[in-house]
Amino acid sequence: MMTLSNKFTAYSTIAMKEVRRTLRLWIQTLLPPLITTILYFIIFGHVIGSRIGMMAGVPYLVFIAPGLIIMPMIINSFASGSTVVYSAKMMHQIEELLVSPMSEFVMLSGYMTGAIFRGLIVGAVVTAATLFFVHFTVDNIALVILTAVLSCAFFALFGILNGVLANSFDDISIIPNFVLSPLIYLGGVFYSVSVLPPFWQKISLFNPLFYIVDCFRYAFLHINHVAVLPGLLALLVMVIVLFLFIWHLLKIGYRLRY
Amino acid sequence: MTDALKIENLRKIYNGSVQALRGVSFSVKKGDFFGLLGPNGAGKTTLIGILTSLVNKTSGQVSIYGYDIDTQFSEARSLIGVVPQEFNFGIFDSVLNILRYQAGYYGVPWKIAKPRAEKYLKALDLWEKRDTQARFLSGGMKRRLMIARALLHDPQMLILDEPTAGVDIELRRTLWKFLTGLNNEGKTIILTTHYLEDAENFCRNIAIIDEGVLIKHCNTAELLRELDRESFVFYLKVPMTELPVLKGYKFVLQDPLSLEVEMSKEFGLSALFEHLKNNNIEVASMRNKANRLEELFLRLTANDE
Repeated sequence: MMTLSNKFTAYSTIAMKEVRRTLRLWIQTLLPPLITTILYFIIFGHVIGSRIGMMAGVPYLVFIAPGLIIMPMIINSFASGSTVVYSAKMMHQIEELLVSPMSEFVMLSGYMTGAIFRGLIVGAVVTAATLFFVHFTVDNIALVILTAVLSCAFFALFGILNGVLANSFDDISIIPNFVLSPLIYLGGVFYSVSVLPPFWQKISLFNPLFYIVDCFRYAFLHINHVAVLPGLLALLVMVIVLFLFIWHLLKIGYRLRY
Repeated sequence: MTDALKIENLRKIYNGSVQALRGVSFSVKKGDFFGLLGPNGAGKTTLIGILTSLVNKTSGQVSIYGYDIDTQFSEARSLIGVVPQEFNFGIFDSVLNILRYQAGYYGVPWKIAKPRAEKYLKALDLWEKRDTQARFLSGGMKRRLMIARALLHDPQMLILDEPTAGVDIELRRTLWKFLTGLNNEGKTIILTTHYLEDAENFCRNIAIIDEGVLIKHCNTAELLRELDRESFVFYLKVPMTELPVLKGYKFVLQDPLSLEVEMSKEFGLSALFEHLKNNNIEVASMRNKANRLEELFLRLTANDE
Protein backbone atom coordinates (compact mmCIF):
# COMPACT_ATOMS: atom_id res chain seq x y z
CA MET A 1 0.00 0.00 0.00
CA MET A 2 1.42 3.38 -0.96
CA THR A 3 1.61 5.83 1.91
CA LEU A 4 0.69 9.48 1.45
CA SER A 5 4.39 10.25 1.18
CA ASN A 6 4.84 7.57 -1.53
CA LYS A 7 1.88 9.02 -3.42
CA PHE A 8 3.33 12.51 -3.24
CA THR A 9 6.66 11.20 -4.54
CA ALA A 10 4.87 9.56 -7.48
CA TYR A 11 2.78 12.68 -8.16
CA SER A 12 5.74 15.06 -8.02
CA THR A 13 7.78 12.74 -10.25
CA ILE A 14 5.22 12.98 -13.06
CA ALA A 15 4.70 16.70 -12.58
CA MET A 16 8.44 17.51 -12.37
CA LYS A 17 9.17 15.38 -15.41
CA GLU A 18 6.80 17.58 -17.42
CA VAL A 19 8.18 20.76 -15.85
CA ARG A 20 11.71 19.74 -16.84
CA ARG A 21 10.49 18.84 -20.33
CA THR A 22 8.80 22.22 -20.76
CA LEU A 23 11.94 24.08 -19.68
CA ARG A 24 14.34 21.85 -21.63
CA LEU A 25 12.33 22.25 -24.84
CA TRP A 26 11.88 26.03 -24.40
CA ILE A 27 12.41 26.62 -28.11
CA GLN A 28 9.28 24.53 -28.76
CA THR A 29 7.28 25.42 -25.67
CA LEU A 30 8.06 29.00 -24.65
CA LEU A 31 9.50 30.79 -27.67
CA PRO A 32 6.60 30.32 -30.15
CA PRO A 33 3.90 31.82 -27.89
CA LEU A 34 6.26 34.68 -27.06
CA ILE A 35 6.88 35.51 -30.72
CA THR A 36 3.19 35.12 -31.61
CA THR A 37 2.14 37.47 -28.82
CA ILE A 38 4.71 40.07 -29.84
CA LEU A 39 3.41 39.87 -33.43
CA TYR A 40 -0.17 40.29 -32.19
CA PHE A 41 0.82 43.39 -30.26
CA ILE A 42 2.68 44.86 -33.21
CA ILE A 43 -0.07 44.15 -35.75
CA PHE A 44 -3.29 44.40 -33.77
CA GLY A 45 -2.01 46.74 -31.11
CA HIS A 46 0.11 49.29 -32.91
CA VAL A 47 -0.73 49.05 -36.62
CA ILE A 48 -4.49 48.43 -36.43
CA GLY A 49 -5.12 49.33 -32.80
CA SER A 50 -3.91 52.92 -33.21
CA ARG A 51 -6.76 53.46 -35.72
CA ILE A 52 -9.36 51.86 -33.45
CA GLY A 53 -8.62 54.09 -30.47
CA MET A 54 -10.68 53.19 -27.41
CA MET A 55 -12.68 50.05 -26.68
CA ALA A 56 -14.91 49.50 -23.63
CA GLY A 57 -13.50 52.70 -22.19
CA VAL A 58 -9.79 51.79 -22.40
CA PRO A 59 -7.16 52.04 -25.18
CA TYR A 60 -7.48 49.13 -27.61
CA LEU A 61 -3.96 47.92 -26.78
CA VAL A 62 -4.87 47.67 -23.11
CA PHE A 63 -8.21 46.03 -23.95
CA ILE A 64 -6.66 43.15 -25.88
CA ALA A 65 -3.74 42.56 -23.46
CA PRO A 66 -5.51 40.18 -21.01
CA GLY A 67 -6.93 38.12 -23.87
CA LEU A 68 -3.51 37.91 -25.52
CA ILE A 69 -2.07 36.62 -22.24
CA ILE A 70 -4.73 33.98 -21.50
CA MET A 71 -4.90 32.75 -25.12
CA PRO A 72 -1.42 31.13 -25.25
CA MET A 73 -1.90 29.84 -21.72
CA ILE A 74 -5.00 27.93 -22.81
CA ILE A 75 -3.41 26.66 -26.01
CA ASN A 76 -0.24 25.51 -24.24
CA SER A 77 -1.86 23.78 -21.32
CA PHE A 78 -4.05 21.92 -23.81
CA ALA A 79 -1.07 21.09 -26.03
CA SER A 80 0.95 19.86 -23.07
CA GLY A 81 -1.83 17.57 -21.83
CA SER A 82 -2.63 16.10 -25.23
CA THR A 83 0.89 15.62 -26.58
CA VAL A 84 2.40 14.26 -23.39
CA VAL A 85 -0.33 11.66 -22.89
CA TYR A 86 -0.63 10.72 -26.55
CA SER A 87 3.15 10.41 -27.02
CA ALA A 88 3.44 8.33 -23.84
CA LYS A 89 0.67 6.12 -25.16
CA MET A 90 2.17 5.68 -28.61
CA MET A 91 5.75 5.17 -27.36
CA HIS A 92 4.43 2.79 -24.65
CA GLN A 93 6.03 4.96 -21.96
CA ILE A 94 2.67 5.19 -20.22
CA GLU A 95 3.10 1.51 -19.41
CA GLU A 96 5.76 2.53 -16.88
CA LEU A 97 3.00 4.30 -14.97
CA LEU A 98 0.28 1.73 -15.58
CA VAL A 99 2.31 -1.13 -14.11
CA SER A 100 3.33 0.93 -11.07
CA PRO A 101 1.35 0.90 -7.80
CA MET A 102 0.29 4.53 -8.15
CA SER A 103 -3.43 5.16 -8.44
CA GLU A 104 -5.03 6.68 -11.50
CA PHE A 105 -5.89 9.71 -9.34
CA VAL A 106 -2.20 10.36 -8.67
CA MET A 107 -1.33 9.79 -12.32
CA LEU A 108 -3.96 12.22 -13.56
CA SER A 109 -3.06 14.83 -10.94
CA GLY A 110 0.60 14.63 -11.98
CA TYR A 111 -0.14 15.02 -15.68
CA MET A 112 -2.57 17.86 -14.98
CA THR A 113 -0.07 19.73 -12.80
CA GLY A 114 2.63 19.42 -15.46
CA ALA A 115 0.30 20.82 -18.11
CA ILE A 116 -0.90 23.64 -15.81
CA PHE A 117 2.72 24.55 -15.18
CA ARG A 118 3.36 24.91 -18.88
CA GLY A 119 0.31 27.16 -19.24
CA LEU A 120 1.38 29.31 -16.30
CA ILE A 121 5.02 29.63 -17.33
CA VAL A 122 3.90 30.62 -20.84
CA GLY A 123 1.56 33.14 -19.21
CA ALA A 124 4.45 34.60 -17.20
CA VAL A 125 6.68 34.89 -20.26
CA VAL A 126 3.92 36.45 -22.37
CA THR A 127 2.97 38.86 -19.55
CA ALA A 128 6.59 39.99 -19.34
CA ALA A 129 6.57 40.63 -23.11
CA THR A 130 3.22 42.45 -22.84
CA LEU A 131 4.73 44.97 -20.43
CA PHE A 132 7.06 46.15 -23.20
CA PHE A 133 4.04 47.24 -25.25
CA VAL A 134 1.44 48.32 -22.77
CA HIS A 135 1.26 49.55 -19.20
CA PHE A 136 -1.69 48.69 -17.02
CA THR A 137 -2.41 48.07 -13.39
CA VAL A 138 -3.88 44.78 -12.25
CA ASP A 139 -7.23 45.29 -10.59
CA ASN A 140 -7.42 41.97 -8.69
CA ILE A 141 -4.27 39.82 -8.66
CA ALA A 142 -5.97 36.97 -6.75
CA LEU A 143 -8.66 36.77 -9.41
CA VAL A 144 -6.03 36.85 -12.15
CA ILE A 145 -4.25 33.87 -10.57
CA LEU A 146 -7.49 31.98 -9.85
CA THR A 147 -8.79 32.44 -13.40
CA ALA A 148 -5.42 31.51 -14.89
CA VAL A 149 -5.07 28.34 -12.80
CA LEU A 150 -8.66 27.20 -13.38
CA SER A 151 -8.46 27.91 -17.13
CA CYS A 152 -5.14 26.07 -17.45
CA ALA A 153 -6.53 23.21 -15.36
CA PHE A 154 -9.59 22.87 -17.55
CA PHE A 155 -7.62 22.91 -20.79
CA ALA A 156 -4.91 20.67 -19.36
CA LEU A 157 -7.64 18.11 -18.60
CA PHE A 158 -9.26 18.67 -21.97
CA GLY A 159 -5.86 18.01 -23.57
CA ILE A 160 -5.31 14.88 -21.48
CA LEU A 161 -8.74 13.61 -22.52
CA ASN A 162 -7.83 14.27 -26.14
CA GLY A 163 -4.56 12.37 -25.62
CA VAL A 164 -6.34 9.39 -24.08
CA LEU A 165 -8.93 9.20 -26.84
CA ALA A 166 -6.61 9.95 -29.79
CA ASN A 167 -5.57 7.15 -32.10
CA SER A 168 -3.29 9.20 -34.32
CA PHE A 169 -1.41 12.50 -34.36
CA ASP A 170 -4.19 13.83 -36.60
CA ASP A 171 -6.61 13.28 -33.73
CA ILE A 172 -4.63 15.55 -31.42
CA SER A 173 -4.42 18.36 -33.98
CA ILE A 174 -8.14 18.40 -34.79
CA ILE A 175 -9.27 19.92 -31.48
CA PRO A 176 -6.76 22.81 -31.32
CA ASN A 177 -7.16 23.66 -35.00
CA PHE A 178 -10.88 23.21 -35.54
CA VAL A 179 -12.37 23.73 -32.08
CA LEU A 180 -10.03 25.64 -29.80
CA SER A 181 -8.76 28.31 -32.21
CA PRO A 182 -12.22 29.35 -33.51
CA LEU A 183 -13.61 29.49 -29.97
CA ILE A 184 -10.67 31.61 -28.79
CA TYR A 185 -10.83 34.05 -31.70
CA LEU A 186 -14.61 34.32 -31.35
CA GLY A 187 -14.33 34.59 -27.56
CA GLY A 188 -13.78 38.34 -27.49
CA VAL A 189 -10.00 38.47 -27.30
CA PHE A 190 -9.76 41.15 -29.99
CA TYR A 191 -13.10 42.88 -29.62
CA SER A 192 -15.82 43.69 -27.17
CA VAL A 193 -18.93 41.58 -27.74
CA SER A 194 -20.96 44.76 -27.23
CA VAL A 195 -19.88 45.87 -30.74
CA LEU A 196 -21.47 42.75 -32.25
CA PRO A 197 -25.05 42.64 -33.59
CA PRO A 198 -27.52 41.33 -30.94
CA PHE A 199 -27.76 37.89 -32.63
CA TRP A 200 -23.99 37.32 -32.46
CA GLN A 201 -23.89 38.67 -28.92
CA LYS A 202 -26.29 35.87 -27.96
CA ILE A 203 -24.25 33.29 -29.87
CA SER A 204 -21.14 34.44 -27.99
CA LEU A 205 -22.81 33.50 -24.72
CA PHE A 206 -22.59 29.84 -25.80
CA ASN A 207 -18.85 30.08 -26.19
CA PRO A 208 -17.12 28.95 -22.95
CA LEU A 209 -13.96 30.79 -23.97
CA PHE A 210 -15.90 34.06 -23.88
CA TYR A 211 -16.44 33.66 -20.11
CA ILE A 212 -12.78 32.91 -19.48
CA VAL A 213 -11.54 35.88 -21.50
CA ASP A 214 -14.20 38.13 -19.95
CA CYS A 215 -13.30 37.03 -16.43
CA PHE A 216 -9.56 37.41 -17.03
CA ARG A 217 -10.07 40.87 -18.48
CA TYR A 218 -12.21 41.81 -15.50
CA ALA A 219 -9.47 40.67 -13.13
CA PHE A 220 -6.99 42.94 -14.94
CA LEU A 221 -9.07 45.93 -16.02
CA HIS A 222 -12.36 45.71 -14.12
CA ILE A 223 -14.23 45.54 -17.44
CA ASN A 224 -16.79 42.81 -17.98
CA HIS A 225 -19.84 41.93 -20.06
CA VAL A 226 -21.27 39.19 -17.90
CA ALA A 227 -21.20 38.44 -14.18
CA VAL A 228 -17.81 36.98 -13.24
CA LEU A 229 -18.71 34.74 -10.30
CA PRO A 230 -21.12 32.40 -12.16
CA GLY A 231 -18.56 32.03 -14.92
CA LEU A 232 -15.83 31.12 -12.46
CA LEU A 233 -18.08 28.67 -10.64
CA ALA A 234 -19.05 27.08 -13.94
CA LEU A 235 -15.35 26.75 -14.79
CA LEU A 236 -14.66 25.14 -11.42
CA VAL A 237 -17.53 22.68 -11.91
CA MET A 238 -16.29 21.83 -15.42
CA VAL A 239 -12.77 21.18 -14.06
CA ILE A 240 -14.16 18.81 -11.41
CA VAL A 241 -16.49 17.01 -13.84
CA LEU A 242 -13.76 16.62 -16.45
CA PHE A 243 -11.30 15.37 -13.82
CA LEU A 244 -13.78 12.78 -12.56
CA PHE A 245 -14.59 11.66 -16.10
CA ILE A 246 -10.93 11.18 -17.10
CA TRP A 247 -10.21 9.51 -13.75
CA HIS A 248 -12.95 7.02 -14.57
CA LEU A 249 -11.51 6.41 -18.07
CA LEU A 250 -8.06 5.79 -16.58
CA LYS A 251 -9.49 3.43 -13.97
CA ILE A 252 -11.15 1.24 -16.57
CA GLY A 253 -8.07 1.60 -18.77
CA TYR A 254 -10.01 3.02 -21.70
CA ARG A 255 -7.70 2.89 -24.75
CA LEU A 256 -4.75 2.36 -22.41
CA ARG A 257 -5.24 -1.17 -21.13
CA TYR A 258 -6.41 -3.87 -23.48
CA MET B 1 3.08 -21.02 2.39
CA THR B 2 1.69 -18.32 0.12
CA ASP B 3 2.59 -18.71 -3.54
CA ALA B 4 4.45 -15.92 -5.30
CA LEU B 5 1.87 -16.11 -8.05
CA LYS B 6 -1.47 -17.83 -8.15
CA ILE B 7 -3.65 -17.87 -11.24
CA GLU B 8 -7.12 -19.38 -11.19
CA ASN B 9 -9.31 -20.01 -14.22
CA LEU B 10 -7.95 -17.01 -16.08
CA ARG B 11 -9.79 -16.07 -19.24
CA LYS B 12 -9.27 -13.30 -21.73
CA ILE B 13 -11.49 -12.65 -24.71
CA TYR B 14 -10.54 -9.82 -27.06
CA ASN B 15 -13.28 -7.94 -28.91
CA GLY B 16 -15.90 -10.38 -27.68
CA SER B 17 -14.68 -13.24 -29.86
CA VAL B 18 -10.92 -13.92 -29.83
CA GLN B 19 -10.15 -16.21 -26.90
CA ALA B 20 -6.55 -15.54 -25.89
CA LEU B 21 -6.71 -17.42 -22.59
CA ARG B 22 -9.19 -20.22 -21.89
CA GLY B 23 -9.29 -20.88 -18.17
CA VAL B 24 -5.60 -21.03 -17.29
CA SER B 25 -4.71 -22.02 -13.72
CA PHE B 26 -1.28 -22.52 -12.16
CA SER B 27 0.91 -21.22 -9.39
CA VAL B 28 4.54 -20.24 -8.95
CA LYS B 29 6.39 -20.82 -5.69
CA LYS B 30 8.34 -18.08 -3.94
CA GLY B 31 11.95 -17.95 -5.13
CA ASP B 32 11.25 -20.00 -8.25
CA PHE B 33 12.92 -19.51 -11.61
CA PHE B 34 9.90 -20.06 -13.80
CA GLY B 35 9.63 -20.27 -17.57
CA LEU B 36 6.42 -19.52 -19.43
CA LEU B 37 6.70 -21.13 -22.83
CA GLY B 38 4.50 -21.40 -25.85
CA PRO B 39 4.47 -20.79 -29.59
CA ASN B 40 3.72 -17.35 -31.03
CA GLY B 41 0.12 -16.39 -30.37
CA ALA B 42 -0.24 -18.92 -27.56
CA GLY B 43 -1.33 -16.30 -25.01
CA LYS B 44 1.96 -15.72 -23.15
CA THR B 45 2.05 -11.97 -23.68
CA THR B 46 -1.62 -11.67 -22.75
CA LEU B 47 -0.90 -13.57 -19.55
CA ILE B 48 2.10 -11.37 -18.73
CA GLY B 49 -0.04 -8.34 -19.61
CA ILE B 50 -2.68 -9.38 -17.09
CA LEU B 51 -0.09 -9.98 -14.37
CA THR B 52 1.36 -6.53 -14.97
CA SER B 53 -2.11 -4.96 -15.32
CA LEU B 54 -1.61 -3.79 -18.89
CA VAL B 55 -4.37 -6.13 -20.00
CA ASN B 56 -7.81 -6.35 -18.37
CA LYS B 57 -8.79 -9.96 -17.75
CA THR B 58 -12.23 -11.18 -18.77
CA SER B 59 -12.60 -13.48 -15.75
CA GLY B 60 -10.59 -15.45 -13.23
CA GLN B 61 -8.39 -14.52 -10.30
CA VAL B 62 -4.75 -13.57 -10.01
CA SER B 63 -2.86 -12.94 -6.79
CA ILE B 64 0.74 -11.85 -6.29
CA TYR B 65 2.18 -12.94 -2.94
CA GLY B 66 -1.41 -13.29 -1.73
CA TYR B 67 -2.51 -9.85 -2.94
CA ASP B 68 -5.37 -9.79 -5.43
CA ILE B 69 -4.38 -7.77 -8.50
CA ASP B 70 -7.84 -6.15 -8.68
CA THR B 71 -8.70 -5.31 -5.08
CA GLN B 72 -5.15 -4.90 -3.73
CA PHE B 73 -3.51 -3.63 -6.89
CA SER B 74 -1.15 -1.23 -5.14
CA GLU B 75 0.35 -3.92 -2.90
CA ALA B 76 0.47 -6.45 -5.75
CA ARG B 77 2.15 -4.08 -8.22
CA SER B 78 4.70 -2.93 -5.61
CA LEU B 79 6.01 -6.48 -5.52
CA ILE B 80 6.54 -6.82 -9.27
CA GLY B 81 9.33 -5.54 -11.47
CA VAL B 82 8.47 -5.65 -15.16
CA VAL B 83 10.86 -5.96 -18.09
CA PRO B 84 8.75 -5.73 -21.26
CA GLN B 85 9.91 -6.98 -24.61
CA GLU B 86 9.73 -3.56 -26.27
CA PHE B 87 11.82 -0.62 -25.08
CA ASN B 88 9.42 1.78 -23.40
CA PHE B 89 11.51 4.52 -21.84
CA GLY B 90 11.98 8.11 -22.96
CA ILE B 91 14.78 8.01 -25.50
CA PHE B 92 15.72 11.64 -24.79
CA ASP B 93 16.09 11.00 -21.06
CA SER B 94 19.45 10.11 -19.56
CA VAL B 95 19.97 6.65 -18.06
CA LEU B 96 19.99 8.08 -14.54
CA ASN B 97 16.82 10.13 -15.13
CA ILE B 98 15.00 7.06 -16.48
CA LEU B 99 15.82 5.30 -13.21
CA ARG B 100 14.91 8.39 -11.16
CA TYR B 101 11.45 8.54 -12.78
CA GLN B 102 10.90 4.83 -12.34
CA ALA B 103 11.71 5.00 -8.63
CA GLY B 104 9.39 7.99 -8.31
CA TYR B 105 6.46 6.19 -9.95
CA TYR B 106 6.79 3.53 -7.26
CA GLY B 107 6.93 6.19 -4.54
CA VAL B 108 10.58 5.54 -3.77
CA PRO B 109 12.47 8.78 -2.99
CA TRP B 110 15.62 9.26 -5.05
CA LYS B 111 17.87 9.30 -1.97
CA ILE B 112 16.80 5.68 -1.36
CA ALA B 113 16.77 4.64 -5.00
CA LYS B 114 20.10 6.24 -5.97
CA PRO B 115 22.37 3.66 -4.24
CA ARG B 116 20.29 0.89 -5.87
CA ALA B 117 20.64 2.60 -9.24
CA GLU B 118 24.40 2.71 -8.80
CA LYS B 119 24.50 -0.94 -7.68
CA TYR B 120 22.51 -2.26 -10.63
CA LEU B 121 24.07 0.02 -13.24
CA LYS B 122 27.50 -1.15 -12.13
CA ALA B 123 26.39 -4.80 -12.05
CA LEU B 124 25.03 -4.46 -15.56
CA ASP B 125 28.02 -2.51 -16.81
CA LEU B 126 26.08 0.70 -17.49
CA TRP B 127 27.48 3.01 -14.82
CA GLU B 128 29.76 4.81 -17.29
CA LYS B 129 26.69 5.56 -19.42
CA ARG B 130 24.61 7.02 -16.59
CA ASP B 131 24.48 10.53 -18.08
CA THR B 132 24.00 9.34 -21.67
CA GLN B 133 20.64 9.80 -23.36
CA ALA B 134 18.94 6.45 -23.90
CA ARG B 135 18.78 6.95 -27.66
CA PHE B 136 22.58 6.68 -27.84
CA LEU B 137 22.68 3.27 -26.14
CA SER B 138 23.11 0.05 -28.08
CA GLY B 139 20.30 -2.52 -28.16
CA GLY B 140 22.04 -4.64 -25.54
CA MET B 141 22.56 -1.64 -23.25
CA LYS B 142 18.90 -0.70 -23.56
CA ARG B 143 17.93 -4.24 -22.62
CA ARG B 144 20.16 -4.08 -19.52
CA LEU B 145 18.78 -0.65 -18.65
CA MET B 146 15.26 -2.10 -18.66
CA ILE B 147 16.36 -4.76 -16.17
CA ALA B 148 18.06 -2.19 -13.92
CA ARG B 149 14.93 -0.04 -14.11
CA ALA B 150 12.67 -2.92 -13.08
CA LEU B 151 14.76 -3.49 -9.94
CA LEU B 152 14.76 0.08 -8.63
CA HIS B 153 11.89 -0.43 -6.20
CA ASP B 154 13.38 -3.72 -4.95
CA PRO B 155 10.57 -6.02 -6.16
CA GLN B 156 10.14 -9.57 -4.88
CA MET B 157 9.21 -10.83 -8.33
CA LEU B 158 10.75 -10.00 -11.68
CA ILE B 159 8.68 -10.62 -14.79
CA LEU B 160 10.61 -10.61 -18.06
CA ASP B 161 9.08 -10.92 -21.49
CA GLU B 162 11.69 -12.31 -23.87
CA PRO B 163 14.64 -10.75 -22.01
CA THR B 164 17.24 -12.15 -24.38
CA ALA B 165 15.42 -11.50 -27.66
CA GLY B 166 17.79 -10.02 -30.22
CA VAL B 167 20.87 -9.91 -28.01
CA ASP B 168 24.22 -11.48 -28.83
CA ILE B 169 25.46 -14.65 -27.17
CA GLU B 170 27.86 -12.88 -24.79
CA LEU B 171 25.18 -10.56 -23.48
CA ARG B 172 22.75 -13.47 -23.24
CA ARG B 173 25.17 -15.25 -20.94
CA THR B 174 25.71 -12.08 -18.90
CA LEU B 175 21.98 -11.62 -18.48
CA TRP B 176 21.38 -15.22 -17.44
CA LYS B 177 24.19 -14.98 -14.92
CA PHE B 178 22.72 -11.77 -13.55
CA LEU B 179 19.21 -13.24 -13.34
CA THR B 180 20.52 -16.36 -11.65
CA GLY B 181 22.25 -14.14 -9.09
CA LEU B 182 18.98 -12.32 -8.41
CA ASN B 183 17.19 -15.64 -8.05
CA ASN B 184 19.84 -16.81 -5.58
CA GLU B 185 19.11 -13.67 -3.53
CA GLY B 186 15.52 -14.92 -3.24
CA LYS B 187 13.76 -13.03 -6.00
CA THR B 188 11.16 -14.96 -7.96
CA ILE B 189 11.90 -14.85 -11.68
CA ILE B 190 9.16 -15.42 -14.25
CA LEU B 191 10.06 -15.16 -17.89
CA THR B 192 9.01 -16.00 -21.37
CA THR B 193 11.65 -17.04 -23.86
CA HIS B 194 11.97 -18.62 -27.25
CA TYR B 195 15.40 -19.95 -26.34
CA LEU B 196 14.33 -23.33 -25.02
CA GLU B 197 17.92 -24.28 -24.32
CA ASP B 198 18.06 -21.39 -21.85
CA ALA B 199 14.75 -22.43 -20.31
CA GLU B 200 16.10 -25.96 -19.91
CA ASN B 201 19.27 -24.70 -18.27
CA PHE B 202 17.84 -22.05 -15.95
CA CYS B 203 14.14 -22.59 -15.24
CA ARG B 204 13.36 -24.96 -12.38
CA ASN B 205 9.69 -25.09 -13.33
CA ILE B 206 7.90 -24.34 -16.54
CA ALA B 207 4.42 -23.90 -17.93
CA ILE B 208 3.61 -24.43 -21.58
CA ILE B 209 0.64 -22.64 -23.07
CA ASP B 210 -0.80 -23.31 -26.47
CA GLU B 211 -3.86 -21.66 -28.01
CA GLY B 212 -4.75 -20.14 -24.64
CA VAL B 213 -4.73 -23.46 -22.82
CA LEU B 214 -2.20 -24.63 -20.24
CA ILE B 215 -0.92 -27.90 -21.61
CA LYS B 216 1.93 -28.53 -19.17
CA HIS B 217 2.97 -27.20 -15.79
CA CYS B 218 5.72 -29.09 -14.06
CA ASN B 219 9.29 -29.34 -12.91
CA THR B 220 11.68 -28.98 -15.85
CA ALA B 221 13.74 -32.02 -14.92
CA GLU B 222 10.59 -34.16 -14.56
CA LEU B 223 9.39 -33.00 -17.95
CA LEU B 224 12.67 -33.89 -19.57
CA ARG B 225 12.43 -37.38 -18.14
CA GLU B 226 9.25 -37.82 -20.16
CA LEU B 227 11.30 -37.72 -23.32
CA ASP B 228 11.57 -41.39 -24.36
CA ARG B 229 13.67 -40.99 -27.49
CA GLU B 230 16.78 -38.97 -28.14
CA SER B 231 18.93 -38.26 -31.16
CA PHE B 232 22.69 -37.80 -31.22
CA VAL B 233 25.14 -36.84 -33.91
CA PHE B 234 28.53 -38.59 -33.85
CA TYR B 235 31.49 -36.98 -35.63
CA LEU B 236 33.69 -39.71 -36.96
CA LYS B 237 37.47 -39.85 -37.37
CA VAL B 238 37.31 -41.94 -40.55
CA PRO B 239 34.68 -41.55 -43.30
CA MET B 240 31.96 -44.19 -43.21
CA THR B 241 30.50 -45.88 -46.27
CA GLU B 242 28.23 -48.54 -44.79
CA LEU B 243 25.65 -47.98 -42.05
CA PRO B 244 25.91 -50.15 -38.93
CA VAL B 245 22.89 -52.21 -37.88
CA LEU B 246 21.86 -52.53 -34.23
CA LYS B 247 18.44 -53.42 -32.85
CA GLY B 248 16.73 -50.47 -31.15
CA TYR B 249 18.90 -47.86 -32.89
CA LYS B 250 18.18 -46.02 -36.09
CA PHE B 251 21.24 -44.85 -38.03
CA VAL B 252 21.30 -42.12 -40.68
CA LEU B 253 24.46 -40.91 -42.38
CA GLN B 254 24.31 -37.13 -42.67
CA ASP B 255 27.63 -37.07 -44.50
CA PRO B 256 30.60 -39.52 -44.53
CA LEU B 257 31.89 -38.08 -41.25
CA SER B 258 28.59 -37.43 -39.44
CA LEU B 259 26.43 -40.25 -38.17
CA GLU B 260 23.01 -39.53 -36.72
CA VAL B 261 21.59 -42.03 -34.24
CA GLU B 262 18.03 -42.06 -32.92
CA MET B 263 17.47 -44.29 -29.95
CA SER B 264 15.05 -45.16 -27.23
CA LYS B 265 16.17 -44.11 -23.73
CA GLU B 266 15.88 -47.71 -22.49
CA PHE B 267 18.75 -48.86 -24.70
CA GLY B 268 21.30 -46.28 -23.51
CA LEU B 269 24.62 -45.20 -24.98
CA SER B 270 26.89 -47.98 -23.63
CA ALA B 271 25.64 -50.63 -26.03
CA LEU B 272 25.93 -48.22 -28.90
CA PHE B 273 29.54 -47.32 -28.10
CA GLU B 274 30.42 -50.99 -27.79
CA HIS B 275 28.83 -51.74 -31.16
CA LEU B 276 30.68 -48.85 -32.82
CA LYS B 277 33.96 -50.03 -31.30
CA ASN B 278 33.40 -53.62 -32.47
CA ASN B 279 32.83 -52.29 -35.98
CA ASN B 280 36.04 -50.22 -35.84
CA ILE B 281 34.14 -46.96 -36.01
CA GLU B 282 36.11 -44.28 -34.17
CA VAL B 283 34.16 -41.35 -32.75
CA ALA B 284 35.88 -37.95 -32.46
CA SER B 285 33.02 -36.14 -30.67
CA MET B 286 29.25 -36.14 -30.28
CA ARG B 287 26.33 -33.83 -29.48
CA ASN B 288 22.60 -33.95 -28.88
CA LYS B 289 20.92 -33.51 -32.23
CA ALA B 290 18.27 -31.22 -30.78
CA ASN B 291 17.68 -29.46 -27.50
CA ARG B 292 15.69 -31.89 -25.35
CA LEU B 293 13.17 -29.35 -24.15
CA GLU B 294 12.73 -28.17 -27.71
CA GLU B 295 11.91 -31.71 -28.72
CA LEU B 296 9.26 -31.99 -26.02
CA PHE B 297 7.94 -28.53 -26.71
CA LEU B 298 7.39 -29.33 -30.37
CA ARG B 299 5.72 -32.58 -29.48
CA LEU B 300 3.40 -30.97 -26.92
CA THR B 301 2.45 -28.06 -29.12
CA ALA B 302 2.19 -30.07 -32.33
CA ASN B 303 -1.00 -29.50 -34.30
CA ASP B 304 -3.11 -32.65 -34.37
CA GLU B 305 -4.25 -32.03 -37.92
